[in-house]
Amino acid sequence: MRITKEDVGRISVLAKLELTEDDQSLFAEELSGILRIIDALDEVDTGSANEMVSPAGLTNVLREDVALSSIDPEEALKNAPEREGAFFKVPRILEAD
Amino acid sequence: MKLNELRAHELLPMIERQEVTVEEAVTETLDRIAAIDGIIKAYITVTGERALQRAKEADARLRKGEPPRPLEGLSVAIKDNICTKGVRTTGASRYLEDFIPPYDATVVERLEDAGAIVVGKTNMDEFAMGSSTENSAMFPTKNPWNLKRVPGGSSGGSAACVIAEEAVFSLGSDTGGSIRQPASFCGIVGLKPSYGLVSRYGLIGYASSMDQIGPMARDVKDCALILQAIAGYDQRDSQSYPNELPDYTGCLIPDIRNITVGVPKEFLDEGLSKTVKDAFMKALEKLEELGAKVVEVSLPHVRHALAAYYVISSAEASSNLARLDGVRYGYRAAGCEDSASMMAVSRGEGLGPEVKRRIVLGTYVLSEENHKKYFNEALKVRSLISQDFQEVFEMCDCLMGPTSPTVAFEAGEKTRNPLEMYLSDVYTVPPNLAGIPGISVPCGFDEEGMPIGLQIMAGQYDEATLLRVAYAFEQATDFHKGRPDTQKGAHESAGGGRSV
Repeated sequence: MRITKEDVGRISVLAKLELTEDDQSLFAEELSGILRIIDALDEVDTGSANEMVSPAGLTNVLREDVALSSIDPEEALKNAPEREGAFFKVPRILEAD
Repeated sequence: MKLNELRAHELLPMIERQEVTVEEAVTETLDRIAAIDGIIKAYITVTGERALQRAKEADARLRKGEPPRPLEGLSVAIKDNICTKGVRTTGASRYLEDFIPPYDATVVERLEDAGAIVVGKTNMDEFAMGSSTENSAMFPTKNPWNLKRVPGGSSGGSAACVIAEEAVFSLGSDTGGSIRQPASFCGIVGLKPSYGLVSRYGLIGYASSMDQIGPMARDVKDCALILQAIAGYDQRDSQSYPNELPDYTGCLIPDIRNITVGVPKEFLDEGLSKTVKDAFMKALEKLEELGAKVVEVSLPHVRHALAAYYVISSAEASSNLARLDGVRYGYRAAGCEDSASMMAVSRGEGLGPEVKRRIVLGTYVLSEENHKKYFNEALKVRSLISQDFQEVFEMCDCLMGPTSPTVAFEAGEKTRNPLEMYLSDVYTVPPNLAGIPGISVPCGFDEEGMPIGLQIMAGQYDEATLLRVAYAFEQATDFHKGRPDTQKGAHESAGGGRSV
């Protein structure tokens, strides 16, 4: 499979990752090379094989529902790029009507 | 001999008997860092003052007659993707350049409870994506055996600081070889435990179905000691192994006469350099001499491991790194008018090229039109690889192969070709897919004095057999006693030399 520069542009929007025009061209070329290797997975007869998502083989990991102390809000806000009171502050989310 | 040159199991009894103080031991390690790390560049952050403070506290406790703890006074370096409360943790990314975690990773808590003293945070490929530490956004780390070569990666700083005697031991993380490959390139022992054996709480996640934290040290016994301290159930890692663990140092018996070693023929294919192959064949001879039975086996699906690995790890990375949104911590681009563009621009400006490449690849293989063809198919191939391992472990106690196809390569040699870089993990990736443990132990040097690593693999949660075989091989050889001539390296800025 070949990835075009336009594909990379479209994916970068999905990934919320701004890429320069140069990066888009470079990644299209590099990822096409990587996909040529990955396409070899097609040759494998996977028939009825399971999809292995984790090697731990654990299911339904539960714990007691006990309240524990966690990070103090002031501590949690310390690394915030911007804050206001007890909140993380971000630029506008909704369009102004 | 200086205290920083001692292994953990040599230094511990001296501290226990109070022949040396913890402060003396830590001071000699910090002096070594001050003398040499300007050249090696293994550390991103050195925590000298904090370490000396902790050392004094430890000495005070010992003087009062409190019993020494299992790792009392040992200087440890922590890979910079493992959170340390109050100490900057960057993941070697500009994105987290100023991030100071409000909590400790479980492994850090456990090491400090066992008496170890954190002397610093080590360099790595950004967010553990790479095989040479050249993807660090901070600076590259040098291989102490030859300053023109890479130390391997992604735990390159953690490997370099141990062989350069800038720490007694270190922690690394391994998703596809990031502990074992740098251990091999730097001539130390690096252990990737079974999936779930060591808690990842506080590790900056890369590919969570494969990530493991493990010890890097100057011999097998040290690795066993450290594993004992960090392994075991942790409620804060949902994939944590819930069962009782054996005594890992207790299983270090240098007798392997009833052991069957399998050699997967796929690990000796084209691409393997002659010097590494020769050293590996000699290692097999040594094992036979020690009484082990060596048999050839086959893992038919393992040749697809690298492809499956890059699909799964990139998919998981693209999902994991979605947390880097510029909201709660980390880099935020200035002057963006709305939140969506703030996130995209912050990620575009704050992340390095390899991380972006994998986010794009991961998003691509997970997209609506591709996920069946790539992601789901890779998960199926993964289960076939895992079955291959299970089948051979019915016939063998452990498997062996080279850790990496070559010795440490030159800096800059593979940075322009990501695919070539990926190939240096071809032998280390399969254990991560299957969740089994793997260890790299020194098994030789090439004609230029660069170390070569032997990889041993065992069944899931069978670290006892893994360590026993590794220990028996190590005790019958001298390769782990090699030390780089860093003085010579420092003067010539090239050419490794060794003194055994």
